[in-house]
Amino acid sequence: MELREKVDVCVVGAGHAGCEAALACARLGLETVIFTVSVDSIALMPCNPNVGGSSKGHLVRELDALGGEMGKNIDKTFIQSKMLNISKGPAVHSLRAQADKAEYSRAMRKVLENQEHLTIKQVEVCELLWQELKDPNKKATKKITGLKTFTGSIYECKAVILCTGTYLKARCLCGEAIDYTGPNGLKAANYLTDSLISMGIEMRRFKTGTPARMDKRSIDFTKMEEQFGDERVVPFSFSTNPEDIQIDQVSCYLTYTNEKTHEIIRNNLDRSPIYAGIIEGTGPRYCPSIEDKVVKFADKERHQVFIEPEGLHTNEMYVGGMSSSLPEDVQMAMYRTVPGLENCKIVRNAYAIEYDCINPKQLYPTLRFKDVEGLYSGGQLNGSSGYEEAAVQGLIAGINAAQFIFEKEELVIDRSEGYIGVLIDDLVTKDNFEPYRMMTSRAEYRLLLRQDNADLRLREKGFKVGLITEDQYNAIVCKKNMIDNEILRLKNVKIGASESNQKFLEKYGSSSLKTGVSLAELLCRPELNYNILNEIDKERKQLPDDVIEQVEIEIKYEGYIERQLRQVEQFKKMEKKKIPFDLDYDDVPSLRIEARQKLKAFHPISVGQASRISGVSPADISVLLVYLEQKRK
Amino acid sequence: MNTDTIAAIATAMSNSGIGIIRVSGEEAIHTVDLIYRNKKGERVLTNFKSHTIHYGFIYDEDEIVDEVMVSLMKKPNSFTTEDVVEINCHGGIVVINRILELVVKNGARLAEPGEFTKRAFLNGRIDLSKAEAVMDVISSKNEAALKNSIKQLQGSVYKKIKKLREDIIFEIAFIESALDDPEHISLEGYTDKLYGKINDLIDNVNKLLSSAENGKIIKEGIKTVIVGKPNAGKSSLLNILAGEEKAIVTDIAGTTRDALEENINIGGISLRMIDTAGIRSTEDIIEKIGVEKAKKYVEDADLIVYVVDSSVPLDENDFEIMKLIENKKSVILFNKSDLDADISPDELKDKIKDNAVVIKTSTKENTGIDKFEEAVKKLFFSGSISFDDEVMITNLRHKEALQDTLFSLKQVKKSVEDEMPEDFFSIDLMSAYASLGKIIGEEVEEDLVNEIFSKFCMGK
Repeated sequence: MELREKVDVCVVGAGHAGCEAALACARLGLETVIFTVSVDSIALMPCNPNVGGSSKGHLVRELDALGGEMGKNIDKTFIQSKMLNISKGPAVHSLRAQADKAEYSRAMRKVLENQEHLTIKQVEVCELLWQELKDPNKKATKKITGLKTFTGSIYECKAVILCTGTYLKARCLCGEAIDYTGPNGLKAANYLTDSLISMGIEMRRFKTGTPARMDKRSIDFTKMEEQFGDERVVPFSFSTNPEDIQIDQVSCYLTYTNEKTHEIIRNNLDRSPIYAGIIEGTGPRYCPSIEDKVVKFADKERHQVFIEPEGLHTNEMYVGGMSSSLPEDVQMAMYRTVPGLENCKIVRNAYAIEYDCINPKQLYPTLRFKDVEGLYSGGQLNGSSGYEEAAVQGLIAGINAAQFIFEKEELVIDRSEGYIGVLIDDLVTKDNFEPYRMMTSRAEYRLLLRQDNADLRLREKGFKVGLITEDQYNAIVCKKNMIDNEILRLKNVKIGASESNQKFLEKYGSSSLKTGVSLAELLCRPELNYNILNEIDKERKQLPDDVIEQVEIEIKYEGYIERQLRQVEQFKKMEKKKIPFDLDYDDVPSLRIEARQKLKAFHPISVGQASRISGVSPADISVLLVYLEQKRK
Repeated sequence: MNTDTIAAIATAMSNSGIGIIRVSGEEAIHTVDLIYRNKKGERVLTNFKSHTIHYGFIYDEDEIVDEVMVSLMKKPNSFTTEDVVEINCHGGIVVINRILELVVKNGARLAEPGEFTKRAFLNGRIDLSKAEAVMDVISSKNEAALKNSIKQLQGSVYKKIKKLREDIIFEIAFIESALDDPEHISLEGYTDKLYGKINDLIDNVNKLLSSAENGKIIKEGIKTVIVGKPNAGKSSLLNILAGEEKAIVTDIAGTTRDALEENINIGGISLRMIDTAGIRSTEDIIEKIGVEKAKKYVEDADLIVYVVDSSVPLDENDFEIMKLIENKKSVILFNKSDLDADISPDELKDKIKDNAVVIKTSTKENTGIDKFEEAVKKLFFSGSISFDDEVMITNLRHKEALQDTLFSLKQVKKSVEDEMPEDFFSIDLMSAYASLGKIIGEEVEEDLVNEIFSKFCMGK
C-alpha cells in the first residue's frame, strides 16, 4: 500500500521559481509541499554569483512589490551592490548585487523552513496524475489531481506548479566528457518528461552554460581593474530599511581576453560539443559562451572578463563572460592567456548543460497550461534563463494557482504594467527558439516601467492578491499622495526674477530669468535638481528620499512620460478587446489559412495578444476586429 | 459567413455605351449561369475556364433581356479572391437595372458600398492604402487624380512609406541593441549620425506632406471663389470657363443672390469655382446673406479670383475686398478692358499686396482667359504639373498620420539637441514608426477598417 497525502498545492522543484511559487501559495493559506531532489540545494545559484543587473533588477523590484522573497533575501546576503547605467536615463538604471551564494541559499531555506503551511520534501517527482475533463464550457480537456514520487507515494492536490529548472533529463558537457547530471553534479530528474509527453505536452531541448570557478590565491589582481560597489547602497526590497544594509563591500575585478585567447578557441572549436554537433539544445544568444562570442564578433580584439567572488567564506572566484563547453585542457590554456589568470587554478570546470523544457506557447499568460486545469509552470522549464526571470514566473504561477483554488480572478500583468508582463507575454506569445533572457529593449514602455517606481505600479496588485499587508499598501497610497501634492506645489510656486534668484541661478550655471517661472519649470533644467532648489524654495517640507526621486523624474521627463502614456493607451485598447475562449476561428470569414491555424492552436486571450503572434498579420487582425464587432452587434 | 454572393453595377449610372454588373462570391458562377445562355441557347457558363470572356445573352425566363459579354474569374485570382463574374451589357439605365434585378432574384444580394474592395482587403488581396486608392480611382474627378490613384494602387505610397519605416526601425534597433550589449555595440558618436538621419527623415515626411496639399488639389480640385463688386463680370467669367450659361447675367448689379458652384477643367486641373454675390454694403436682406456667404467662402478658398470692373473707380467696397483676400492666393482680373478704363492696372497694383497677379481681361470679348489659366497653374504647381515621378498623398487619414510622424521626428530631434540619454530617442522613434504603419495597414487601428469601408461607393 503506497503512502497517500492530501494537500492543496504541490510545487516541483525548489530553485528560484519553486521557492517563490511555494511561498506565495503557503502565505495565502494553502497547504503546500515543495519537492526537491536535494534540500541542500534550495535556492541554489549554480551560475553567476549575483542578483539583478540590467532589466533583471527591474524584475526583482517588481517581484518585491508583489510580495515575493528574492529582493528581501538578496538584501540579507549581498556582499557588493551597484546601481548600473546611472549615466543613462532613469528607465535603464538597474540594481545589481553580488551574492554570497551559500548564504543566499541558506537564508532562503530558512524562510521556507519557517513558513506556515509549507512542507519541504526531498524526493524526485516522477509522474503527474490527472483526469479527463468533459466540460464543454471549458477549453481544457484535463484536470490535475495529484502527483507520484520516485518512492511511489501519491500526493493528491488541486494544483501542481512545475519549476523543474534545468533538471529534466539533464546532461552536462565539458568537451568530450559528458555526465548525465543536473547542475553541480546534482541528480537529474529523468522520469517526469515522459509523464508530461503522455499528457500531450510538447517538449523541447535547450542548453545553457557556466564558466569556470578559480582559486582566488592563483589570481593576480594587480593586472586587473578593481570594481567597487556603490558608496550608498540602495536595497532591492521596498521593505528593507536602507540604513540596515550599508555594509563593508567586497570588490570585483575586470580583465580582458586577447587575440591569443581567441586563437586557442578558434583552433579547438571542433572539440566544442556545440560546434561539433554533440549538443542538440539551443543556447542563449544573449548570454553567449566565449566560443560563441569569438565566432560572432570575429572582429573584436577583446572581450570583458569579470572576476567575481562566490562568497565571503570561500576562495572560489567566478569568471564572468567566459562560459564554455570546451574540454578541460583547452579551458585551462584559454583562461591562462587572460591577464591576471596566467597561473590560475580551476576549482570547477566550465560546462554546458542540456535539459528538457516545454514550448511555453502552451501556457496562458497566467502560466497555466491551456489544456490542463490546475497545472502551472514557471522558470527555466518555460524556456527562460536567469534566476530573476525564474523567480517572477514562480511567483505569478504560485499566485494564479492560489487564485484558481480560491476561484478568484487570476493575475495577469500586461506589457504596460511591468517587465514581468513583458517577460511572460513574450514567452507565451512569441516564438522563442533559445533560452529567453530579460532585456531592457524588450520593454516598449520602459520609461514608465522604472525600477524606482515598481512599488507604485504593483503594490496594489500584491495587496489585492493578499501577499501585501494593509500597512504596506497604505504606505504606498500615502507615498503616492505625497508625490502628487509635491508636484502640484512645485508647479504652483512661482519664482520671481529677483536679484537673489538670479544670483542663485548664476551660481549653478543656469541662465537668468526674464519673467517669473514655476519651481517645476526650473527643475526641468538639466543643471538643476530638487536639492539645489532648496535654497530658493522657502515653503518646502522635508520629504522622504524616494518621494523626492519620483517628483524629480515625473517633472524632468514629463513630456516623454506623457507621450509614452499615450502609446500605452493605444496598446490597452487592443488588450481590452477580449476574445471569447469558445470562439470558433473557422467561423471568422477571410482569415488567411496560416493565421487561422495559428489562432486555433493558440487561443489568444485578447486581440492584442493575437496581434503579437508571429504569422498573424495586421490584415488578419482587421478581419478579427470586424468579426468581433459584428458579433457584438 | 461573409462569403455570400454580392452584386452591383460597377460602372457609372448613366446612359453610356457599356455597363458592367459585377457578381462576386461562392455562388457567383451558379447565379449568372441561371440567366446566361450562349448563342445556341445553352447553359454553359460552368464549363468555362477561368479568365475567359464569352459572348451570349441574358434571359428572363424565355425572354432575351440583352446581348452581353460575360467574363469569368475563378478564385483565388480575382479582385476579391472569390469567384467573380462580370456581365458587360448595353449601358442603358433600364437594361442594366433589369439585369441586376435578375442577378439578385437568382441568389445574389446587392453589395453594400465598398463591399467588393472590402472583401479584397479582408482577403489579403490589397493593403489598406491600395484599398483607399481604389476608392479614389472611382471618385476621381480628373485625369491627374486618376493617374495618382492608379499609382497608389500600384503601391507607390506603400513603397515610399515602407522605406521610411525601415530607416526608422534600423535606428531603433541600433539604439536598443547598444543598450543591451554596451560591450559590443558602442553609441559613441552615434547622436551626430542620428541627427543627420532624423533631418533626412523630416525632409522626406515634409515632402510627402506638401504633396498632400497638391494631392488634395488634384483629387478634389482647387476651391476657387470669384469675388468682386456687383456687376464686375463675375458670372460672365464663370460662364466662359464653364462653356455654358450657368449664371444669369444681366446688367443689373446684384443679380447673383446666392453662390453658384461649377467644376471647371483647365489644362488638366480641376477648379471648383464658386461664383458669389457681389460684395457691397447692402440693405437688401437676401443679397445681404449672399454677401456674408461670399465672405465665408473666401475664408475657405484655395484661390480667389477678384474681378475688378476697370470702367468704374475703386471705392470702399474694393478696399474691403482687398482686405479680405490679403492672405490668399489670388488672381485679379482687370475686367471690361473693352471699355474705357477709369483705373489702370498699376493703380490697382499699388493698393494690393505684391504677390497678386493682375491680368487684363474682357469677359464680354473673351480675351485674357488663357493668361488666367496660365496664372493658376503657376500659382499651384510652379508652372508645370508633373505627376509621373511624384508620390502624392491624397487622403486625409494619411495626411494626419504623416503629421503625427513629423511631430514625433521633431521630438527626437529635440531630444538630440537637448542631449538627452539615447534611451529616450526610441520613445518618439517608435511613435513615428507606428504612425507611418497606420498608412500602409501594418499597424492596426481600432475601428479604422469599418470607417474606411463605409466611405466606399457602390460597385467596387
